[in-house]
Amino acid sequence: MKYTEEHEWLDLDGDVVTVGITAHAAEQLGDVVFVELPDVGASVTRDDEIVVIESVKAASDILAPLDGEVVEVNEVLVEEPGKVNDDPEGDAWFFKLKIEDASALDEYMDEAAYKAFIAD
Amino acid sequence: MTRARVPVRPHRRTRDLVRQGNDGLSDEELKRTPLYDLHVKLGAKMVPFAGYEMPVQYATGVMAEHNHTRAKAGLFDVSHMGQVILRARDPQKAALALETLVPVDVAGLAEGRQRYGFFTNEDGGIEDDLMIANRGDHLFVVVNAACKDADLARMRAALEPEVTVKLIDTRALLALQGPAAEAVLAEHYPAIRDMRFMDVETLPIAGAECWVSRSGYTGEDGFEISVPASAAEDLARALLSHEDVLPIGLGARDSLRLEAGLCLYGHDIDSVTSPVEAGLTWAIQKIRRSGGDRAGGFPGSERVLAEVTDGPARKRVGLQPDGRAPMREGVQLFAFKEADTPIGQVTSGGFGPTIGAPVAMGYVEASHAAVETELFGEVRGKRLPVKVAKLPFVTPGFKR
Repeated sequence: MKYTEEHEWLDLDGDVVTVGITAHAAEQLGDVVFVELPDVGASVTRDDEIVVIESVKAASDILAPLDGEVVEVNEVLVEEPGKVNDDPEGDAWFFKLKIEDASALDEYMDEAAYKAFIAD
Repeated sequence: MTRARVPVRPHRRTRDLVRQGNDGLSDEELKRTPLYDLHVKLGAKMVPFAGYEMPVQYATGVMAEHNHTRAKAGLFDVSHMGQVILRARDPQKAALALETLVPVDVAGLAEGRQRYGFFTNEDGGIEDDLMIANRGDHLFVVVNAACKDADLARMRAALEPEVTVKLIDTRALLALQGPAAEAVLAEHYPAIRDMRFMDVETLPIAGAECWVSRSGYTGEDGFEISVPASAAEDLARALLSHEDVLPIGLGARDSLRLEAGLCLYGHDIDSVTSPVEAGLTWAIQKIRRSGGDRAGGFPGSERVLAEVTDGPARKRVGLQPDGRAPMREGVQLFAFKEADTPIGQVTSGGFGPTIGAPVAMGYVEASHAAVETELFGEVRGKRLPVKVAKLPFVTPGFKR
């Protein structure tokens, strides 16, 4: 499992990365009330704002952590945005990205580094 | 992926929001209310608000706090607001003097009663909104925290020396709101049940002299309690010890007042919006309107009274987005999907937990203000359908 400074978690399986937000981010955002997901099949470039997430507090974007193609999105979150708070690091993943270069994940933090990052 | 973006306010990234959540405690300039220590002990997330460190939420979170207030009772610390006493040898003089600043019938306000009002400026805009209570030998007014200094200066300039203007900074202000508020407070003082909406009384509660009004800003029945700072934490703990009462932060206070259709100063009303545009004409009693015995005589009365008679060019309305996307402050409103120029703008918006859907308020041109009018709000470059809705979104629980 890898983590970004944007508080995303990245779970690589073969050439597909599943992306969600961390429990820490979900807690800080507060109750999530709206999720907008990208289209399946969309080609995305790293740092594209591909998910909109709104909590009771404010709107924020989730960026594409890598270049790739969106191969699946978690439609359940559109109907039940609150799931992001219930199980952010499990069932409430946002999208799956098919990537060409798995080594691109290397630069991201491992769990220990992420824990240190949020402790700052 | 390309997305046309016309940001009306900076859209934030998760990182910024998460970081922002940790920022609140660093600013040493911020003031603290007498309940600061209690908030921290209760696990509040403290944020800067109007110059104070205030609890935005507790561990339960905004949504749960909102729902608890509508179902049972919530305790709010509103000590940051300005409590001011206006006193003259002849109390009626203080009332008439205050009338030179507000378009409200203050002189006709009976002893033991409270009334909502607003300071106007020469252009007929609103400088602040306030509560005015007749407490017999003096008037007690409560103003917004962010406007406190300006309001004091305004009152001192206009009213002194005939009327003394005294900021009461030795008292905290608590609000107990929700359908269970009466039963909770009655355990401390049973006669509280006899108070009607907007009654004010001095009552001994939990051993302290409290100035109590049956009012609030959530759309629920409830009480606002001015208590000596030294007794504030004891009173708050006594109220919180009741199983029906939870502490509630500013986050839920905002969604509660939004669902209740109540204006937030600096957002839904400001120095440019007139009370008539804002739909607050009900707070301008007939005696202060054209033809009344004390018509006008407040700043900007020409514009305000003309708008009472002729109607304003734009109006504050409720807005119910069709979809799930919240329409927040700053969202531009259009009469039809491809329209070039907006006919209005959202001034408050978010998710309404009681409604279970996004809700908003904003200003639209009067010709588009009828309930059920279909409009479009531009969210992240997309024009999304939204309907003009009746305010308030929730039925008030006031005990009249």
